[in-house]
Amino acid sequence: MNESLLRELVPAVIGVLVRRGADFAAAEDAVQDALVEAVRVWPEDPPRDPKGWLVTVAWRKFLDAARADVSRRHREARVEDEPAPGPAGAVDDTLQLYFLCAHPSLTPASAVALTLRAVGGLTTRQIAQAYLVPEATMAQRISRAKRTVSGVRLDRPGDVATVLRVLYLVFNEGYSGDVDLAAEAIRLTRRLAARIDHEEVAGLLALMLLHHARRPARTGPDGRLVPLAEQDRGLWDTRLIAEGVEVLQAALGRDRLGEFQAQAAVAALHADAPTAEETDWVQIVEWYDELVRLTGSPVARLNRAVAVGEADGPRAGLAALAGLDPALPRHTAVTAYLRERDGDLATAARLYAEAARSAPSLPERDHLTRQAARLNARLRG
Amino acid sequence: MAKYLLLKHYRGAPAAVNDVPMDQWTPEEVSAHLRYMQDFAVRLEGTGEFVDGQALSPEGTFVRYDGEGRPPVTDGPFAETKDLIAGWMVIDVESYERALELAGELSAAPGAGGKPIHEWLEVRPFMAEPPTVTE
Repeated sequence: MNESLLRELVPAVIGVLVRRGADFAAAEDAVQDALVEAVRVWPEDPPRDPKGWLVTVAWRKFLDAARADVSRRHREARVEDEPAPGPAGAVDDTLQLYFLCAHPSLTPASAVALTLRAVGGLTTRQIAQAYLVPEATMAQRISRAKRTVSGVRLDRPGDVATVLRVLYLVFNEGYSGDVDLAAEAIRLTRRLAARIDHEEVAGLLALMLLHHARRPARTGPDGRLVPLAEQDRGLWDTRLIAEGVEVLQAALGRDRLGEFQAQAAVAALHADAPTAEETDWVQIVEWYDELVRLTGSPVARLNRAVAVGEADGPRAGLAALAGLDPALPRHTAVTAYLRERDGDLATAARLYAEAARSAPSLPERDHLTRQAARLNARLRG
Repeated sequence: MAKYLLLKHYRGAPAAVNDVPMDQWTPEEVSAHLRYMQDFAVRLEGTGEFVDGQALSPEGTFVRYDGEGRPPVTDGPFAETKDLIAGWMVIDVESYERALELAGELSAAPGAGGKPIHEWLEVRPFMAEPPTVTE
């Protein structure tokens, strides 16, 4: 059975049920049930028309649930016979689902979970495994999210920025479990980009492709983090890079810059450098200037300081750190790096050790501990 | 989302406000306390924030490697050990502030006299996965 085909169909099938009169929460539940049945039945008995099969089974599940609900409440059934499909309508069901699942009334984690289920077609169990929480907890998170958006009408497009925020979170903040969340985020962003002509959707897609291209080089065989400058660039996926650059160029050509395009531009400049030494840091600083102008984000300013350190020397980089809150994540690690570049090894070693103690992830902590150990060994020798 | 460990200590945390040993409570107070803890976990499952919870026996033993071919050495328990973990709960929440809020609620579990224990709980962040986008 082709699971990705099955999952591709999920948003459209939810859309059919909603057009037939089911509310979103009930439709989504019914399709999830049909999905679980498909996983069970299809390997033995694959349907000729997978979408038709899913619609039929999901609709039956919906009717069963509605009847159970109705009989519980001793009421007449509202929905009995299968109605003719409603007018196709000008709105794209799948696109509406993206907006609904990323609705601003949802917390980021709820929006992520709901998007992965209703748009991505993942099962609750898969999503729970991907985020290392029990299935019961994830089921509750999803059903609360559905209650939250139950009153939202699906008749006009929402804010694309909220959808992009959710997809970015899926890409950037997942665990490395059985479900490849980065690949899933790329799949969902590709489908969004095919449905909506928006430069920041393209910008985010380019950003994801350009970073995903480096994945084989980002960790060593023992799982250790390999910093960008030390990565084996021969391992970078040139096909993904070429696609990312093409998508980005088309987006930039529209002259409506946004934060994802600016971040993708930085990634593209890294991808363009045959060696770390040949990186065009001056241009990278310019893109960070844009990013800081667009977002005012302290993280962007921290990254800009690193780039300034490469373009104009470590003193300039340290000066660019001025005014930033030292409690900012990775601030100490960046300071340590710039101090080392400036030749102050003792301070750098101390700061690397300090950064290791407050590192937000294990690979980063190990990396920073090794940096401190390397400098301390040099200082002793 | 970020995961946090809420740690409950037998020993090693500052003294609670309502600091009466559990065996001095009435049976009803003990039951009320246990029910509160259970309800708390159920409620967090309902909000999609519960990950795990376990209690530990106070009996513990120190163990260490003692060289090739030799069985590990055991020692203890040490009466003077400063820190003794009683149990934990793992939560998956939107923010650090939310973790503190939940720890505060857990610390309000009723004790002697049916009054909140105001027990000190330790909140420790889990190490996350490194982000994909780093520059």
